[in-house]
Parts: sequence; C-alpha cells; structure tokens
Amino acid sequence: MSADTTFDLSHIRTKLAQARGRQYWRTFEELADTEEFRAFVHREFPQNASEWLDPVGRRGFLKLMGASLALAGATACTRQPDELIVPYVRQPENLIPGRPLYFATAMPFGAGALGLIVESHEGRPTKIEGNPDHPASLGATDAFAQGSVLQLYDPDRSTSITELGEIRPWSSFSQVMGRLHTERQAEQGAGLAFLTETVVSPTLASQLQQVLTDLPQAKWHQYEPVNQDNAYEGAKLAFGEVVDAQYKFDQAQVIVSLDADVLGGGPGSVRYARDFANGRRVRKANAEMNRLYVAEHAPSPTGAVADHRLPVRAGQIEAIARAIAGGLGGGAAATGAADIDKWIAAVVSDLQTHRGRSLVVAGAGQPPAVHAIAHAINQTLGNAGNTVVYTETVAPAPVNQLQSLRELVDDMNNGVVKLLVIMGGNPVYTAPADLHFADAMKKVPVRAHLGLYDDETAALCQWHVPETHYLEQWSDARAFDGTVSVVQPLILPLYRGRSAHEVAAIFMGRPDLTPYDAVREHWQGQPAFSGQDFDKAWRRAVHNGLIEGTAFTPKTVPASTALPPETPPRKAAGLEITFAPDPTIHDGRFANVGWLQELPKPLTTLTWDNVAMVAPSTAQRLGVSTEDVVEIEYRNRRVRAPIWVQAGHAPDAVSVHLGYGRTRAGRAAEGAGFDANSIRTADAPAIGFGAQLKPTGEKYRLAGTQGHFNMENRALVRPGTIEDFKAQPDFAKHMAHVPEKSLSLYPEYKYEGYAWGMSIDPTVCTGCASCVVACVAENNIAVVGKEQVLFGREMHWLRIDHYYQGDPDDPAIYNLPVLCQHCENAPCEVVCPVAATTHSPEGLNEMTYNRCVGTRYCSNNCPYKVRRFNFLLYSDWYTPSVKLVKNPDVTVRSRGVMEKCSYCVQRINHARQDAKVQGRPIRDGEIRTACQAACPTDAIVFGDINDPTTRVAQLKAEPHDYGLLAELNTRPRTSYLADISNPNPALGPARLHEGAEEHPQPALPSVPPAGTTERNSMKH
Amino acid sequence: MAQIFSRYANSYAKAGIIGVVILVAVAFGAADRLARSPWMTRADTFREQPVQFSHQHHVGGIGIDCRYCHTSVDTATSAGIPPTKTCMNCHAQIWLTSPYLEPVRASFRDDTSLRWIRVHDLPDFVYFNHSVHVKKGMGCSTCHGRVDRMPLVYQRASLQMEWCLGCHRNPEQYVRPREAVYQMDYQPPDDQAELGARLVKEYDIKSLTNCSTCHR
Repeated sequence: MSADTTFDLSHIRTKLAQARGRQYWRTFEELADTEEFRAFVHREFPQNASEWLDPVGRRGFLKLMGASLALAGATACTRQPDELIVPYVRQPENLIPGRPLYFATAMPFGAGALGLIVESHEGRPTKIEGNPDHPASLGATDAFAQGSVLQLYDPDRSTSITELGEIRPWSSFSQVMGRLHTERQAEQGAGLAFLTETVVSPTLASQLQQVLTDLPQAKWHQYEPVNQDNAYEGAKLAFGEVVDAQYKFDQAQVIVSLDADVLGGGPGSVRYARDFANGRRVRKANAEMNRLYVAEHAPSPTGAVADHRLPVRAGQIEAIARAIAGGLGGGAAATGAADIDKWIAAVVSDLQTHRGRSLVVAGAGQPPAVHAIAHAINQTLGNAGNTVVYTETVAPAPVNQLQSLRELVDDMNNGVVKLLVIMGGNPVYTAPADLHFADAMKKVPVRAHLGLYDDETAALCQWHVPETHYLEQWSDARAFDGTVSVVQPLILPLYRGRSAHEVAAIFMGRPDLTPYDAVREHWQGQPAFSGQDFDKAWRRAVHNGLIEGTAFTPKTVPASTALPPETPPRKAAGLEITFAPDPTIHDGRFANVGWLQELPKPLTTLTWDNVAMVAPSTAQRLGVSTEDVVEIEYRNRRVRAPIWVQAGHAPDAVSVHLGYGRTRAGRAAEGAGFDANSIRTADAPAIGFGAQLKPTGEKYRLAGTQGHFNMENRALVRPGTIEDFKAQPDFAKHMAHVPEKSLSLYPEYKYEGYAWGMSIDPTVCTGCASCVVACVAENNIAVVGKEQVLFGREMHWLRIDHYYQGDPDDPAIYNLPVLCQHCENAPCEVVCPVAATTHSPEGLNEMTYNRCVGTRYCSNNCPYKVRRFNFLLYSDWYTPSVKLVKNPDVTVRSRGVMEKCSYCVQRINHARQDAKVQGRPIRDGEIRTACQAACPTDAIVFGDINDPTTRVAQLKAEPHDYGLLAELNTRPRTSYLADISNPNPALGPARLHEGAEEHPQPALPSVPPAGTTERNSMKH
Repeated sequence: MAQIFSRYANSYAKAGIIGVVILVAVAFGAADRLARSPWMTRADTFREQPVQFSHQHHVGGIGIDCRYCHTSVDTATSAGIPPTKTCMNCHAQIWLTSPYLEPVRASFRDDTSLRWIRVHDLPDFVYFNHSVHVKKGMGCSTCHGRVDRMPLVYQRASLQMEWCLGCHRNPEQYVRPREAVYQMDYQPPDDQAELGARLVKEYDIKSLTNCSTCHR
C-alpha cells in the first residue's frame, strides 16, 4: 500500500491527539486515516489482488474461459497415471519408508553454532528443529536455521569445479593446488594467503594452524562483515586480553541494552531469548518480571520487548554509556538532553538497587569503547561472575577481522600474495568499498574460491570449487558457550561439493584426508575424550550432536572499572548512517533463499528489499516519505535507495541493511535492493557520519506487509503493566465484551476427546519471525515473489503484526503473532458452499484442498484475515531440487484453492496414530506445532485444552488470557495473554488501566433476532 | 402466407425438449457410472509387473506371512514394499537359475531397484496409515481381498472415498479379532453384528469421518 502524499507528521500527531484513550496503530496510513487507507481496509484483499490485470477484453476472457473449461473438463476424465514403487535393494537399518528419521547436527553461523535436529525423509533433510540438549538452542532455532534447508536445495548453487569457466575434476584442482603448495614450500609459504570467514571449527582451525606451522610465511586472514571486532577490541581495552562475554539473562533482573539486539541476532541469541523470556512470564502464581531498558537507533526485536526503549542515534550511545557509568560512580549522569538524562537517571537507580542481578550489554556495531564501558559497569555492579561470565573466545583464532582484511589487501596490492585461497565467504561483495578488494585481488596471480555459489568473488577467481552445505559435510563448531557441536551430514553432497577441510588438507600435504577423518583425528586424544573408548564416545557425541563437557569454564579477568578514554565526537554535516546485517538475509549469504527474502523483516515487515530507514520527524524535515527514492551521498560515494519511514527510529539518522544489491546471487536475489557495501568504509564499518539524502523524485514500490490483513482498530493487543496485573489480574478480559457462549444460531459442538488449543504470550514475543519460516518449511508454503506480495498475496499462514502506540518518533511497540484461531463458532465454515472447510470433533477448523473450488467466501468472512488464496500456481512443482525440500506429509497446493494454518494437523495425526498403535493417550507436549518448536522464547504453547493438567490448559486458565476478537462470538481456540510490561515508575505511568475499566458495549444484539434456535430462545 | 412450420412442429419441439432432458440425465448417469466403473477406479484390472511375482504361490501355496515382506504394516503408514534383499533371502538358494527371477537377480547384482507398478494407488492428497488399521482389527483381506488367491495382485476395492466411508461409518461390520488380521481365509462369523459391536468397544475404535483424518 502506498499513499502518494508526502509524509505529514503534524497531521498524524493531530490525529493522535484527537484520539480517545490509547490508540494502537500499525501503519502511518492507518494513523492518518487517508481515503486510500479506508478503501484498502474495506476490501477483503488489497486492490487488484482479485482482479484480472492482463489486458484481455471480455470477449477474449470468455473465449479463454470456455476453452479452459472444456480442456479442464476433458482432462479431468483421464484416469490417474501409473505410479511406480521403487523399493530399496538393501534397505538401510532403521529406515522405514514414510517414517522420518531425525539426526543431530549443528549450523555454524558467525561466531557461534546452533545445535539442530534435522528431519530426514528417505535421506533428504526437509525440516530443521532445534536440539533440546544443545545449550545454544534448547530446542528452538532462529529464522536463518529454518531457512538454511532451502539453501541446501537452492537450484542456483554452483554445481561444478571450474578453472576459468571450464569444468574440471577435483583431482586436477587438487593437483594444481598441490603443485603450487610445493612451490610455496620452497619459500616457507611466503606468498600464500588463506581468507576464511570466522572459523568456529576447532578442526579447521587446527588444520590451518598446521599449515602455518609448516609454512611459517603463509598467512591466514579471516573476514566477514558481521564480526566480533568491536567486542574483541572492547575486551582488550577493559581487560587487556581478548575474551568472550557470556550472558546469563535468567539471573538478571534489570537488563540494559546499549544498541545491542542480543535477543534478535548474534551468537547465543536463541538461548539468550529463552533465558530472558523465562524471567518475564507473568503468571497468577508468579507476578514478577525482569525489566529491560534498550537504547537503540532502529527498532529491533530486543527493542520491541523493552519496557523502556530510547530511540537515540548509534553515535549517542557512548555518551549514554559513559553517563550511566558516571552516575553509578556517584558522578554526574548528564548528556545534556532532558529526556535522555531522565532515562539515564532511572537506569542508574535501577542498576544500583540490583547489584549482581543486573546486566549491561553493548551492541556488536558499537565502538570498542562502549563495550569497555559496559564491562566496567558490570564490574562495578558486581555482575561479573553472576549475570555475565568471561571465557576464552569461541573462535579458536580470534582476530580483528577488518584489520586482517586490510593486511591482506595491502599484501595483494604490494604483489606479495602469489596464491590466494578463499574458503567460504564473498569478500568481493562484502568488503568495505574503500578497500577496493576486487582491484587488489586481481593483482594476485592465482586465486581460488570455495563457496556455495558462483558469486561475485567466484567470478574474479580462476578457480572455483562448489562448497558443501553444512547439511552435506562432516565438521565441528563451537557454540556461544564453547560447547563443541558435531556437524553431521544428512545427505551426500548434491553437487559433489568439497568442504574447507578438504582444501586445507591439500595444503597440509594430505590431499586424501577426508573431513570425517580430519574431525575424528582432531578429537582423538583431546581431553574431552580422555579415559574413554574413543569410538564409543565419538558415536555418542555424533548422536547427541555435541561433545559433553566442552563448554568453556569462566575465566577470571582482571577486574577493571576504569573507563576508556573518551572518543572525540565526530562532527560532520548531515545524518548519521548505520550499517547492520539484514534481519533475514544477513550479510547476503541467504540472498537467494526465497523463504527468507519473503519473510517480513521484524518491525519493518519489508520483504524482498532493503531500504534507507529514517525516523518520521527526519522524513518530514527532509520532505521525503516511504517509497521515495533518494540518493545517499556519504563520503563521496553514492547509492540510490528507497526511503522507509520507521516509527521509533532515532531522528537525524539513517539505517541501511547489508546483503542486498547482489549481482551474482541467483534467481531470487536478482534485482532485490541496493548494495550498502558500496558506500561502507573500513574506518566506520557500522556507524558513520555525514550522510546526505537527496530526493530524486522517483518512486520505488516496497513490499511491506504491515498494512496487509488489517483487522481494523479493535482491542487486539491488550497491554498492561505488572501493576495493572497485580491490581486486577483479569484486566485484559474487561477490554472487550465477550458474548454468552450460547449466543449462536448453530448447535454447539461437543468435544469429547482431545480439544486442541493454543496459547500465545505476546509479553515474551520478540517478533523474530523464526516461527514464520518454520511454518513455511513445515507446511510447504509457497514463495510468491515481490510483485505478488505487493498485491497482498503472500501465503504465510502465520504473520506477526506489530502495533505501535504513542508518538511516531518514540512509540511503544507490541508484537502479536496471528494465525488461524480455529474458532469454535467459525465464520468461515458456515459460508463454504462445498464444505471444504469444516469443523473436526477435536475443534480443528479443517481445510480440505481437494474440495475447495475457490469461492473465497471463507476468507471474506474471516475477521482475523488468516486465510490465504492461491491466486496463481505459486508452489514450485517443477524445479527438481526444490521438490526435495517438500514435506511429504502435507499436500502441495495448486492454483485456485484456499489454505490456512492447520495447527500442523499432520503432526497431530502422526501423534494420534502412534499413540493408538501403542495403546495410550497422546501425552502433553508430544505434539509441538512447527511455530511452537521454533520459538526461541517459548511464547507459543499447544495442546489439549480438555485436559486441565496440560500446559496450554493452565495458560488458558490464567486471569490475563483473552481471545482475539472474541467479542464477535467466534470462540477462538487460540488465545493470547495480555502483553505485560514492567515500567519504571520514574519514567512513566505505572498503570495503564486505572480502576476496573468498563468494557465497550457488546457488538452483537443482546436479543436474538426472530427465528433463532430453540436453545437460544430458551436462554433469553 | 403459408405457415412456415407444419402442425407437427409442436410435437417435435415437445419431444425434443423431453429428449434433451433425457439425454442430459443419461449423460450424467453414464458419467456417474463411468466414474465408479473399474475403468476409472482400476479395480479388478491386472497390471503387468517387472517380475511375475505370484502372491497365490507365496502366500497361498507356501504360507509366508504378510509381514515377512510387508514389514512395517503394523508400525508405519506404509506397509512397506520389500527390498530386493528380502527376495534374495530365499532366492539366493532356490530357483537360482529361473528366468522369471532374472530381474530380481539383476537388481541385486547391479544395485538398482526393481520398479513395480503401484496397484493400490491413492491420490496424493490422501494420507492413509496401515498401522492404525491393523491395530484396530482391520484384516488385510478386508481391503485387499484374497491376495492368497491372486497370481498377479490386483485391486479388489474401488478405493474411492465412499468405499472408505462405508467402513469408517460402520466399522463394526468389518472389524475382526486382532489375532485374525493377517488370516487370509478369515470368514466373518454369523454373529458379526454382535462381535463387531463388542470389538469396536474393546479396541476403542473411533468412527473418524472428519476431513483431516485423511486429507491435510
């Protein structure tokens, strides 16, 4: 949706001032209540979503229609074609066709790894789940892990080893590299350089170290754009040595995030989110919760769950951190700005009363000084050892990666490097523009690249070797806490790829060393296995997905509460510009994963693009609005980007995300977004100053989904404070009138066996969108592309709505995951003319695709707007490799049918069948829906509501449980808990609901109209 | 001016209208019969298989239990089509040179799967589970017929939804004691109505007829 009017903040503010009570809004269009917006809301699907747009006249249309009908009718008369059964010759042990197997593995990612359990159907991995035994996962995953399985089957992955474009066998690569290795040996390795991403594999690190021992003049560089440089340098400043900080969110009662999206990304974020949420679940029995302060430049998942969010420029964070430290030391806590100082004073007093039980975290993009100040504050407060511990680094060879890349570029420019071996990564695309990496690289005589894709870097290398995906290789990786996770292959390499272990083996002079042997060899004789039968212990480690007892023990670091010297404030005319990894495609490595491209990015809900994100006030000052194309001029570099006005963004700053504007990434990434690396410089990789935005007068359509599926302004999200909860635990129930159960024309269903239901806790939902990708993967949900998303035709069964309240520049943010509510009085069921959507005896609202004729009456009648229609043939039925990722337990939908969340009915059926065969009832927790399983904060709970002992039944019995739009008498099976925050009374009202609020007048007539059922008449 | 239509025209028109109605009715009736006919459902038709495997010989003659080959019938959705290895368990020792068995030996030798034509082929949007049916006392022969008398396996039932629902609505008509599930020559006793009702209760058979039982 786009309004062609310019952004008018004062109009919006006037509207807000006129609003009675607290007004919750999703988009600025909604807030401004423009004509376009009203027209948009009144349509079931956005304009043009249900129209035939091709320039075909009525006559042509009828001709086509007639021909299609005749042809479709005729083809329907054919019999089912013969199908083949192709049994095994020798069936593998434990494998039963039709029954998935589950294997433990791990996904190395950045400076960490996530332990996973992967579902495999007859040898093809289809679904990623978290490994409940793994400390980084505890059973949950992030969106990247969910999407990574599609990357395995990406048809655009490189498929062959090439030398100058000619296909070569591995043996010839191995021989050529072996020969060059021998040549370099003569010079002790001088001229040989390796470039890797962050290596978290102890085996690969030891392999490379062996190479460096043999060839002392050879160099190993590490670089990826999202790295730990600032954290390492900050630790050096604070402690004089490089250590990793490991947070214990479950121990912290007051948490202060200094521009750190710790819950939404980075090593350990999945675990951190769980620990954080555990300190925040408000229940009748335990009405206590932690308090989170976030100062950040752009809204993040962490900011969205904050009790007090302070939108400030990234460059202001250091002053704020310093002021907090000063305040704690009894000094002045002032930055000069009144509202910020008030916030700081509140933080300081809260921290002081929670010594040893508080935590200050610095963001990865923040300069080392901020990290050092955070360390100093934690030391001062006695948090070190309690809520934060310091360990050796997860990366076995920690380096300042930008420094490392700089050295490599210098060496290449000076002609020192004769052979460059790039193992993973895409530095030609990801390196800061001012290093001119590509030009420097061209000066190296022999360049070899190992990578998943024939990408920008591969194009400039003579040799390219397809890399194995992590689901195709043996390896190992350390998780955020040091736990060694075993990376186990689920499938043979699809394209005969090779892993970094194999390339490193060539330079070790052992080209025949397989990755499996390399990993085993490394661990044999390590202390983790001492005193055990190695084979047996190794098998156990592979089975469990991790090596027991390898988590780091905390290190004692010199306690230093001294603050680092002040960084002189950098002054430059123009805006502050921040570069951050994209929330869904990261640094561009997932650019060709359609699931992640189409995943609405947390808070912005953008798909398929990156933007220049600015605050509403900044947009007004600059006279730009969403979808205006501007030219970002920054340090004499220019890039054109569309504007996105984001509520809650810091004023006078612009944020851009990396990962877009790829030129050789594949069919999904093609043409998506702009390349932010082209203006990023090495001295300011994350935060820069002096950007100018120049409107070009052009427009660029952005596919944000925030305005789609609008439920209109009713009491959807029901926030309250912990004081509200203590004073009136059921305050949320009083925010809307729920009619009597019996008020229905239809006879009541009896649910005698199981009755499935779900409870969602928005208090802990960070809006990270891991559940959305998990749902896509589990239920074969199609990717529709940007053009279709613009029409509002995205197919996600589960969406996360973001609601804002208050001033557009500094709003309160609420997340609300919405999926099919499985109403007991479902409005959709009664309008289906062909009974394609029906009610099950267990209360599921079933969708039967093979019955659906596509009238779309059901979605027209759905107040939650959770039904999705296949306007076109969206599912990929033809790409051979993409067929492999499909879940065989779920029908792949074709054109013309409706679909929606099924509560993962395939999982319910499997559990029921297994329980029946074993002659027992289904146990609580046996069925976990895909969204529930993926959720890092355990915000979604599913189960049998007929059994009062189940978790879900207990949650539904909580006083602050409410049904979304239950005032329409839909009696939803999915219910929500009130969104509770824990504000500091010094910063705002302690209560949002004073006294018992009167709920609005019932929306339905209290007297049933004539002709209602006998039962109703009797009641009234 | 002379009349254009003769006096019989009215009768022709009436007959024509009735004729069209009859024609449409016949067409619908024929389509309905066709849709249920073995030509559509493929019931009672033979399909040539790569190996002329005889269930009559192996089951009826030798007396091999269903589960020797269809190993996962009581544990999984699929009953399981035996791997070539299962055939070779015996045929590595008997009928070593039989030309009928050459495809089997070739499969084992070359490590290439046999490619059978699926006889019982449900549409892809139907999810059937063998293990539950076996557990609830549904005999193999209830759906598959007297396989022990089939030289070449064919589909006995229509496998159409109304056929499934026939049993799902009235399971007591077909249920048998669990120990007789694999018995090919099982005959329902005279008191099936009584036995059926008792077994439905004992086995806790739920008459599931909602869509998501099979479609998802």
